[in-house]
Amino acid sequence: MIKLEGLTKVFKGHNIPAVKDLNLEVNEGDVCVLVGPSGCGKTTTMKMINRLYEPTGGKIYIRDEDVLQMDPIKLRLDIGYVIQEIGLFPHMTIYENIATVPNEKQWPKDQVKEKVDNVMSLVGLDPDVFKNRYPSALSGGQRQRVGVARAMVSDPSIMLMDEPFGAVDPITRARLQNEFLRIQERMDKTIVFVTHDIDEAIKMSDTIAVMKEGQLVQHATPSDLLSAPADEFVSNLVGRNRSIKRLHLIRISEILEDVDRAPAIKDDTKEEEVKKRLDESDLRTVIVVDRDNKLKGVVGVNDLKRKTGEVAGDYYQEVSDTVTDDATLNDALSVMLEIGEGYVAVVNEDEKYQGTITLGDLLNVVREES
Amino acid sequence: MDQLLGMAFDVFRAAGNGIESIAQAGDRGIIAHTIDYISRRSDLILELMLEHLWLVVLTLIIAVTISVTVGIIISYYESFAQTVLGICQVLMVIPSMAMLAFMVPLFGIGFTTGVVALVLYSLLPVVRNTYTGIRELDPAIVEAAKGMGMTERRILFKIKIPLARPVIMAGVRTAAVMMIGIAAIAAYVGAGGLGELIFSGISRGHQPMIIAGAIGVSIIAIAFDYLFYYGEKRFSVEGSTREGN
Repeated sequence: MIKLEGLTKVFKGHNIPAVKDLNLEVNEGDVCVLVGPSGCGKTTTMKMINRLYEPTGGKIYIRDEDVLQMDPIKLRLDIGYVIQEIGLFPHMTIYENIATVPNEKQWPKDQVKEKVDNVMSLVGLDPDVFKNRYPSALSGGQRQRVGVARAMVSDPSIMLMDEPFGAVDPITRARLQNEFLRIQERMDKTIVFVTHDIDEAIKMSDTIAVMKEGQLVQHATPSDLLSAPADEFVSNLVGRNRSIKRLHLIRISEILEDVDRAPAIKDDTKEEEVKKRLDESDLRTVIVVDRDNKLKGVVGVNDLKRKTGEVAGDYYQEVSDTVTDDATLNDALSVMLEIGEGYVAVVNEDEKYQGTITLGDLLNVVREES
Repeated sequence: MDQLLGMAFDVFRAAGNGIESIAQAGDRGIIAHTIDYISRRSDLILELMLEHLWLVVLTLIIAVTISVTVGIIISYYESFAQTVLGICQVLMVIPSMAMLAFMVPLFGIGFTTGVVALVLYSLLPVVRNTYTGIRELDPAIVEAAKGMGMTERRILFKIKIPLARPVIMAGVRTAAVMMIGIAAIAAYVGAGGLGELIFSGISRGHQPMIIAGAIGVSIIAIAFDYLFYYGEKRFSVEGSTREGN
């Protein structure tokens, strides 16, 4: 889909090329993450694809078409572009911001409106609430969502993303990453993604291209990169705790069905039954859900002693945090460490209870994989 | 310390004497004289005020058109910018009397000379504010616009100018207020306006005339300043519809 051949960039007034003789191929529907320390040329490489920088040498092909022969404006209109600083236009509403590319392409008004509404819902922003707001009235995470929506609105088959989730706190970042992966699963876009964060690279990518001093060091799937780093630079980059990094590669939904654990109890379960189930449980706790399978909380042995009541609903405590089933095992691990428990409850998008993951489960996965 | 107090006392006494001498200028006092003069010659004063206003408005339109264009052009050519800003700076530090005198051999005596001199004066604030307003935009905004496929022309009109507008308008406001003052001096080369009242008041020693002219100039200046203040508030769309989080 995207092919870079002998790509080189030397900036004016510099002797050392920023990018040197780079060859890279990205397949259709793949997320290729360019990763490396700052100044390694990853952003420069990305900006040459939509010709914000003109290459000094080499060729770029998109679907076998020579990019350097194309009209740069036309080329950019068909490539989604997201940058770390987002660059929302502060004098335009969210609607006007997202409608930028369709307006440049002079789409009919009602079509623009429909597409903007769709893409806003897709990234989790209610159009009726946010449409007429200005960027200054949005939180960091919401702005990032607008940035992604603005890049996706005209349905480009290729997207370039330069640290798109860089400017938010780690928790929001993990959520945005998961949401984006969920969208990508449906959209199947070809994406070139730049980051300096190897964990993010492992999580988001189909293939990882490691760069150093303007050159490509290794281009491989995340799994291959972890098991067979090409040289010392790559193995230093992925770090010593590779087994923990593998937790980035696996989604909770993938292991949830293999975990054999007693199901949750309804909140109208009688006390006797709750006691029985507590004795059977390996965690000494049971999850309580309501009639719609929505997570209510958790009952432990002590709760039965401390409180009085008749049914499970009288005893449960709320859980401080949960994970969604599309999060990675690494996300599950960090939530467990954060709430200080050996388990975490898994819910789906609609907060319906899906199961429970324990530290032991994670350990088993790591053991199997290595 | 005593010396300092003594000096302060001298200054106060001198100021007091000044006020007294103005008050003694006539039997009924200068203020009454001025009110009398204004009510008698209100036709003339109004006519001169309109002339003054016309001089300022016309000059402002010409100056802003030139300055904004120049400011935009130099925002694209960095090496050029410092030279142009330097020239504008030099134009502005020439004393106004000297500037008007320079213009007379070129344009003769009259309205045109006044307009040309005033335009040259007011270049700097608007050129400089247009230039910095555009240059100091968040580069990420411009990069995002470019990366999404907007043409340079569209970026200029849809992004750069609207975002730099508050800074540009601040420059226009400075230029306008400055120009109202200098326009009074332009009467010296026959450009008309309230300056005529002031100059003939000086030459005849007719104080109510001078004061009437000065009041007229002040009223125009305050009106302009308020107009710009109100306009800035009215047109800052973001301010009026911005919601809290």
